[in-house]
Amino acid sequence: MTAFLHQLPFAPIDAVLVVPGLAALLLALIPQYRLGARLNMLASGLTFLFALTLLLERPDPAVSFLFVDDLNVVFVVLGTFVGFTTSIFSASYIGHEIEIGRLKPGYIRFYHGMYQALSFSMNLGLTANNVGLMWVAVELATLTTVLMVGLYRTQAALEAAWKYFILGSVGIALALFGTILIYMAARPVIGEGHDAMVWTTLIANANAFSPELLNVAFVFLMLGYGTKVGLAPLHAWLPDAHAEGPTPISAVLSGLLLNVALYALLRFKMLLAANPLAVAPGPLLVTLGLVSLIFAAFMLYLRRDIKRLFAYSSIEHMGLIAFAFGMGGPLANFAGLLHMTMHSLTKSAIFFAVGQVAQVKGTQKLADIRGLTESHPTLGWSLVVGVAAIAGLPPMGIFTSEFLLVSSTFAREPLLAIPLVAGLLLAFGALVWRLTGIAFGPPSPSVVDAGRRPSMLPLIIHLVLVLIAGLYLPGPLVAWFQNVARMLG
Amino acid sequence: MERFSLDAAHLLAGGMVLVSFMMLYQNRILGLLNVFAAHAVVLALSVAWQAYVQSAPHLFVTAAIALILKAIIIPVALHHMVLRLGVHRDIETVGGIGPTMLMGIGLVALSMVVMLPAAAEADPIAREDLALALSVILLGLLMMVTRQNAISQIVGFMSLENGLVLAATGARGMPLVVEISVAFSVLVAFIVIGVFLFRIRERFDTIDTQALDDFREGRE
Repeated sequence: MTAFLHQLPFAPIDAVLVVPGLAALLLALIPQYRLGARLNMLASGLTFLFALTLLLERPDPAVSFLFVDDLNVVFVVLGTFVGFTTSIFSASYIGHEIEIGRLKPGYIRFYHGMYQALSFSMNLGLTANNVGLMWVAVELATLTTVLMVGLYRTQAALEAAWKYFILGSVGIALALFGTILIYMAARPVIGEGHDAMVWTTLIANANAFSPELLNVAFVFLMLGYGTKVGLAPLHAWLPDAHAEGPTPISAVLSGLLLNVALYALLRFKMLLAANPLAVAPGPLLVTLGLVSLIFAAFMLYLRRDIKRLFAYSSIEHMGLIAFAFGMGGPLANFAGLLHMTMHSLTKSAIFFAVGQVAQVKGTQKLADIRGLTESHPTLGWSLVVGVAAIAGLPPMGIFTSEFLLVSSTFAREPLLAIPLVAGLLLAFGALVWRLTGIAFGPPSPSVVDAGRRPSMLPLIIHLVLVLIAGLYLPGPLVAWFQNVARMLG
Repeated sequence: MERFSLDAAHLLAGGMVLVSFMMLYQNRILGLLNVFAAHAVVLALSVAWQAYVQSAPHLFVTAAIALILKAIIIPVALHHMVLRLGVHRDIETVGGIGPTMLMGIGLVALSMVVMLPAAAEADPIAREDLALALSVILLGLLMMVTRQNAISQIVGFMSLENGLVLAATGARGMPLVVEISVAFSVLVAFIVIGVFLFRIRERFDTIDTQALDDFREGRE
């Protein structure tokens, strides 16, 4: 396999960027829906395959703007996988939206082009070996998602896009200020110019940086990228953007974009941890994580819209992940990585199901969606399995990661474990309560289903993976995650 | 000469903070746009001065972008939009002008307290510039939260972005500054104008189709 990779005329890491980049340009020219959707799937599938090869073959960081290490390869593989399955879901979902006239066919070129542009910018953000380039990529990803959230052009969608744009831009602006401060801290040590923004050089010299500047920089980076992660109290854009955009975009937002911002945050956390005099970044993350968890858990009870419900659940889980990485140490970091992977898979699966639910019931209001297991058994039971997984019931993968997190917290900081467990139980109660309403009882009327049914395949693949991870984690994966957990410190 | 270049840089950066304060109390949207244009002019001067002092000719590009795009094209475009939308009325300010100004002063004090000791090891031109740039950023944020009107929010965001450009150009030898400022300005301009066009056009669209539907129902 490695020998085969050497035969290729280009490096796989370039392909991870070039394929979506070219596909974005090509798809922007294709007005036919079917052809566009197929090419979108093909491009996403190819990107995923090339991302897989990164597990075997790393580029030389000295000659490239890009780099791959054990940490970001996890994010790239997970992200391109979810991007691929979402493109399969999107093909049938968007077809249905066009049939019912909710989406004008004229926007197809725009939608597919933006989908690939988003994939390009996320892969660039994850693999960039330069904090400035990483910032540019996250900015680009924000702008493409803003445009996608407003795709339906309704008043509500435009307002959601506007809110997302304003809050996201402020976040991104604060992150840029933090990035400038990192450069200022690095310049006296590394020297002027490009090298003082290269990640591999930064981390190698971080112990000599001015700790005061690093501290201030981290505050701005945490507020900036934290807005993109959706941590409370900076989360206000997230529920609107999830609820008003097309469902494939909700899946990509929760499954991918939040992870990219989290990745940026983790990189800077590593930078601070490498400087013995700088403030410890862990407690800050733990606080933000706990606030997000508890806040979102309460808000889950008040939701009336099914997509908003699961958007708040994403805030809850990003809070949990931030908490885990804030705790640090091999076990909590391992739990955080596993939780992030499981959350991406489960939450995008739930959004695949929710998108279909909203289509068959013709509404997103929780009160008008009842008795799904009776009226649509396959869809209803898939949603039940997905929500059971996200609520943390065994034997699903999220149970494993939450169990690891809670037990490691009890062992090290028993006082912190109390709010953690309280938040988990609160969220669990809310989800189960909502689930019984949606899934069981006498069914509410459905829309007469004229169009074709969206594909269930991506949904089932994700849930099966989450189930397998809950029952048995393969040895190499465990070893890999343990290695990354050590790297994160 | 060393002393003079330092003073001139601080004067221009301080001028931006002053113009940011002027923006805070503008209660007419056209006045706000004029002050924003002045903000961009001061930014262009400041960046040009940094380009000269650091002998970094590429920064002149950033200065030219600030002057042409932010001081001329965007204010003129927004001016037209405001007149066409007919929203050149007063802008509401949450909490009144007095408290807003006091909060602004507090934010400037905060950024001095935070940045001056933190950047003590950096060279003096960058140290004070960073503190002043942070003041401009925070004042831009303050403006965004105190204004309800979408156009004033955009102006607030663009003044915040001016603060970022000031900080980036003050950091001697920072790579990607020109690229970042180009990307930021062009994309922001695109989105701002795009969102506005969509809003206006779609609103007309919906009104039109609504009228058509009503008409058809009336006939049947």
